Amino acid sequence: MRNAYIEALYELAAEDGRVLALVADNGAIVYDKFRAAYPGRFINFGIAEANMISVAAGLASCGKIPFAYTIASFLTMRAFEQIRNDVCLQKMNVKLAGIGAGFVYSSLGPTHHATVDIAIMRTLPGMTVFCPSSPMEARKITKEAARIDGPVYIRLSVGGSPEIYEGGYEFITGKGVMLKHGGDAAIITTGGITTEALKAHDELKKRGINVQVINIHTIKPLDSEIIIAAAQMTGAIITVEEHSIIGGLGSAAAEVIAEAGVRTRFKRIGLKGVFAEGHGTYDDVKEQNGLSAADIVRETVECLNIKLPS
Amino acid sequence: MEGANVNKIDSLIDKAQYIRATVFKMICEGGGGHIPASLSIVEILVVLYYEVLNISPETISDPDRDRFILSKGHACAALYAVLANCGFIDKQWLSTFGKRGTILGGHPDMHKIPGVEATTGALGHGFPFGVGAALAGKMDGRKYRVIVLMGDGECQEGSVWEAAMFASAMALDNLCVIIDHNRLQAMDTLDNIVPISPLAEKWQAFGWQVNEVDGHDIAGLIEKFTALPFQANKPSLIIANTIKGKGVSFMEGVPIWHYRMPNGEEMAVACNELGIDPL
Repeated sequence: MRNAYIEALYELAAEDGRVLALVADNGAIVYDKFRAAYPGRFINFGIAEANMISVAAGLASCGKIPFAYTIASFLTMRAFEQIRNDVCLQKMNVKLAGIGAGFVYSSLGPTHHATVDIAIMRTLPGMTVFCPSSPMEARKITKEAARIDGPVYIRLSVGGSPEIYEGGYEFITGKGVMLKHGGDAAIITTGGITTEALKAHDELKKRGINVQVINIHTIKPLDSEIIIAAAQMTGAIITVEEHSIIGGLGSAAAEVIAEAGVRTRFKRIGLKGVFAEGHGTYDDVKEQNGLSAADIVRETVECLNIKLPS
Repeated sequence: MEGANVNKIDSLIDKAQYIRATVFKMICEGGGGHIPASLSIVEILVVLYYEVLNISPETISDPDRDRFILSKGHACAALYAVLANCGFIDKQWLSTFGKRGTILGGHPDMHKIPGVEATTGALGHGFPFGVGAALAGKMDGRKYRVIVLMGDGECQEGSVWEAAMFASAMALDNLCVIIDHNRLQAMDTLDNIVPISPLAEKWQAFGWQVNEVDGHDIAGLIEKFTALPFQANKPSLIIANTIKGKGVSFMEGVPIWHYRMPNGEEMAVACNELGIDPL
């Protein structure tokens, strides 16, 4: 996903001289091609995220289109007030790319995990929030971000994310993608963890349970229609996110379902208000935090066993 | 020539006196605000807007205009008074300051007020924002300058030092920061809270070329601004030594007035000192 983002940024830079790549002491090797082609348009701010964002806003005030890139937890929290006041309040055309979505940085621990970034970014007025689920989607989203006149947050996994799309698909901001059809329940997911949701779908199918899998690549603006339709059709919604269940996709889905008055079973899968536990590989950390495909299968079955009051 | 200069400076002194009285009046008659912090920057703003900045009401969107950013946004009453006097905004708006329906809030809004370059209020933001504007100017080979006015207490914010380091690393000699060095913050003197001295040495150590001036001396301010940039390839810093509450004797250098409104008796004294009719 990261490489897809940087490749798309490289292409954008070729098309539009206003596009800049900003980093805070990261991007060795992966930005080499960009740096070689556009040395004056790659700016390394050093380890100073807050300054990077305020300066990005100042650059945007003079017509530049800065894409500010660093580790998602630092970008969204260290520089939160700068994002709020200098970018959003002033309506500046700044793009924010956070790498290390969820706990993809596994053993580096909770300081490097981004597990509340969706929640805090979606509170910001004027902010568009994207969580690509695959390299192809990251590419489409990066190109789309340049077309949007205003603040955008892109939540990226690091490298090696599998492609979930076979062939092309039409990407539309704010429109969820039905990856799998099914009538028994709907798994609504976002970002890299979509791969686990798809594995869970296959396992459930073997057990005779047919679930929809819906990829919400745009958290804000949210596709309320696809969520409400899924709740109405299946009566069982399971949200899956590599993020806290407080304030993220699950919360956003709950908000639209409650406001629509749809009667449905509902379950949020994610970090239950805690920091991620454990070390090891990315898969190890997923397992230790209840976000493996097996966990999604188990929780989906439990959700289907909930009896709704008549 | 000397006579003409004397006349010019006398005229700017008169303007500063008028602005000072206007600021006091608009805050007291309006929705309240930061009187002493606004009074300490009056001469700086008068010199900038009448003598230094390449901006006018007709060029507020010109890409080549100079940018002025009030990083200590709480002193915006002084900026509004100067913008009104220079024709950027309607003078009649000043009496709406801080009131329901006004565009002139207690912190400046770039999207509502013509001539305001940045929405400030939270300290330590306007300066790095200005660094971005200066960097864009360098990238595009434009001739404009970016001038940022910051408080001395604001230098307690860490973001100021991130930006200071970065601006010198980028060799932004089209950038000038003025520090309104009135030595007070909301609660007390800086020295009694968290001292920032030695201020000049700190900025020098961060790669800036530093000059000091009496921030109420019109001729001295003009001289410093005329000398910009102080050194090629370095950002310039002007430490303007000022008196917080300048012009109202009982407010001068007294921390408690940071966000306090005078009562009737105090108001009468202040109006007398500022040469205006009682409010």
